[in-house]
Amino acid sequence: MILNILGNVLITIGVIFLFLGALGIFRMPDVYSRMQAGTKATTLGALSTVIGVGILQPEWFWKTLLIAIFIAISNPISSHALARGSHKIGIKPFMKKEGLDSYENVSIEEEK
Amino acid sequence: MSRFIFSFGIFFLIWLGFTSSFHYQEVIVGAFLSLILAFLSYKSFTERGLFYLNPKRLFYIIKYLAVFTIALVKANFDVARRVINPKLPINPGIVTYHTSLKSDTAKMFLANSITLTPGTLTVDVIDDKLYIHWIDVISEDPETIYNEIGKDFEEILKEIFR
Repeated sequence: MILNILGNVLITIGVIFLFLGALGIFRMPDVYSRMQAGTKATTLGALSTVIGVGILQPEWFWKTLLIAIFIAISNPISSHALARGSHKIGIKPFMKKEGLDSYENVSIEEEK
Repeated sequence: MSRFIFSFGIFFLIWLGFTSSFHYQEVIVGAFLSLILAFLSYKSFTERGLFYLNPKRLFYIIKYLAVFTIALVKANFDVARRVINPKLPINPGIVTYHTSLKSDTAKMFLANSITLTPGTLTVDVIDDKLYIHWIDVISEDPETIYNEIGKDFEEILKEIFR
């Protein structure tokens, strides 16, 4: 009974954060800020949903835990690869104040 | 040898987790497959093997997981706060972060942790510099950047990988 409630609460939290992540992708001004919202919200959203399912179905718990570990390791790596790729093809980050892009010159030096 | 045992242990634990059964047939097949996998991949799978299984390091690994979980939850509330606010309070930019960690594995964990903590996203790692997209650049002073972004993680990771 307690496990049932705990599982459902975790799934609800996960779904709320996944929704907020989607809203963030919709509202943010450029690709990097969108990725920020996307990465963090989807990581916690997916972790919480998957572990919630594991608690509702105790025989799946260890499987869902392994899936959660895999998500926690692979999600930031993929977002790093996407951000680096976007910078390499020349997408400028949105900035309110000029000159905050310390990565700009590095990319040019590496290409030479 | 210690690297081989470490890889074997990890693969075997993953097998046990995915089959979720201690029937002797499952365990024998799992041990056999883990042996083959560990033999083929231990050189690229781990650099230091059983090095991590020292009580002090295990303590710091658990501490790291706790700090990491708290930071992840905080990061999500931070994102939620910024997204829901109609004014969209952001001031993004890319800053340079200097790390004193030496090992590649440690740097990978630091970069991943920074990506999942409030308001930061690692764009690239070159030698000892991490280029970080920060959604709310408070200051460009290296000391403030170090304290705000990665101090907690770096101190724990230094202990783990020493």
